[in-house]
Amino acid sequence: MPDYNLSYLYVFVFFLTGALFTSLLLGISRLIAPRKQTREKLRTYESGEEPVGQAWGRYPTHFYVFALLFVVFEVDVMFLIPWAVFFRSFGWVGLAEMSVFIGILVVGLVYAWRKDALTWY
Amino acid sequence: MPDGPFGLDPLVWAVLRLVIAVGLAVFIVLNGALLQIYLERKIQALMQDRLGPLHTGPLGLLQTIADAIKLLGKEDIRATVTDKWFFLAAPLIVFSPMLASFAVIPFSKDFVGADLNIGLLYLTTLGSMTVLGIVIAGWASNNKYSLIGGLRSAGQLISYEVPQILSLVIVVLVSGSLSMVAITESQPGLLVNLVVLPLAFVTYLISALAETNRNPFDLPEAESELVAGFLTEYSGMRWGVFFLAEYGQITVVSSIITTLWLGGWHGPGVDALPVLGVLWFTLKTYLIILIFMWVRATLPRLRIDQLMSFCWKALIPTTLANIAVTAALLLAFPHSLLPVAIANWVMLGLFLAAIPYFQRRRLAATRKRLRVNVRGGVATEGT
Repeated sequence: MPDYNLSYLYVFVFFLTGALFTSLLLGISRLIAPRKQTREKLRTYESGEEPVGQAWGRYPTHFYVFALLFVVFEVDVMFLIPWAVFFRSFGWVGLAEMSVFIGILVVGLVYAWRKDALTWY
Repeated sequence: MPDGPFGLDPLVWAVLRLVIAVGLAVFIVLNGALLQIYLERKIQALMQDRLGPLHTGPLGLLQTIADAIKLLGKEDIRATVTDKWFFLAAPLIVFSPMLASFAVIPFSKDFVGADLNIGLLYLTTLGSMTVLGIVIAGWASNNKYSLIGGLRSAGQLISYEVPQILSLVIVVLVSGSLSMVAITESQPGLLVNLVVLPLAFVTYLISALAETNRNPFDLPEAESELVAGFLTEYSGMRWGVFFLAEYGQITVVSSIITTLWLGGWHGPGVDALPVLGVLWFTLKTYLIILIFMWVRATLPRLRIDQLMSFCWKALIPTTLANIAVTAALLLAFPHSLLPVAIANWVMLGLFLAAIPYFQRRRLAATRKRLRVNVRGGVATEGT
């Protein structure tokens, strides 16, 4: 029987090592790399042109409908995973219930498809 | 806490095991990046009738090491208009989850950092955290190219996350567990999941290509249109960390495929000598990485709307149908995997045949529209 609390401690240490290792690499680089900053170097790169304004403006995200669908399906997937682990003990009843659940979502997907929500303009 | 070998104190052994596991993960990431960059350049060169790296060391073997040292010595530039803290944190946010993914991957029998009972869920979570880092990098750069790259990455994530997890669910249906160790142990011998569930393998492979930003899904860093996208403002070792993370992510994804579909560390002679499992695992992983490189050399980049419509109109319906069929057959024939395997191979055939069919239909529709436009005296390209 594995010790789950210990396992999560391991995972945490892995995260920490990732951050420390990256900092170490960047630290070495900081020690040996040259540092001569000029105004031109510190300007935003825009293919050699003078940068125009900032990038933090309004940006049209055409895929917001996809994002809405994504939230729906991601939740659907969250319900699928525990069912998939225990689906043998749930049997046909579980499969039927899951089919109804997914079926409703699929109807939604088909509706979005027919309404051309999955096409970019 | 488990007792250590050689009569070691459990506490000492737990700490020692942790140090070994973390050290090995860092070693694998560094070594994997060195090897994969060399292999990638050499194999791409062979496929494109070139020679590739040749002069640094024998057969150009030292080229990547020379590049790494060069990167360490490069100036680290941060443009004045960037958002400082997010800009500095983004490489860490990309790198740490990738390294943490190695904690649950079983390299051989009893050769795993932490055997989480939700291993698979944990891995998918970390996979999407990497994309979070990319979005942060794109936004913090305050550069138009970077912002578009980051947003494309977000668009890619919200499309490919779903079929990816749905493909994993199919494997969970068969193995009945989310633990990576249990999934490996559920497929000893030759009857690996690749033989039983080939369609899920193909759909997962496509989603994995998108998740790791590899060709043909490398839109966030498209060199020719976005000047490396979210990487535009990064230079020196900070850029190098992103690169390390990208190759590490490829190793992680290939390891997941190896564990789930190719039987993980199972292979001849493993029962007698468990260390051989590491060898088999590495060989299988690199087989998948070679497929990734082959795809990169073969396919051109997709357009983002094509990418998303392919996902929502082809991959998600396919995987949902696959789940329904596989679950029903598993319940109907609880003692044999043969019906599942037959159904999956048939579905794979249908899937592969359907793609050219729909492409041809679409092409015909486009041609028809163009002809109508010309006849109407308006020789436009249509919409």
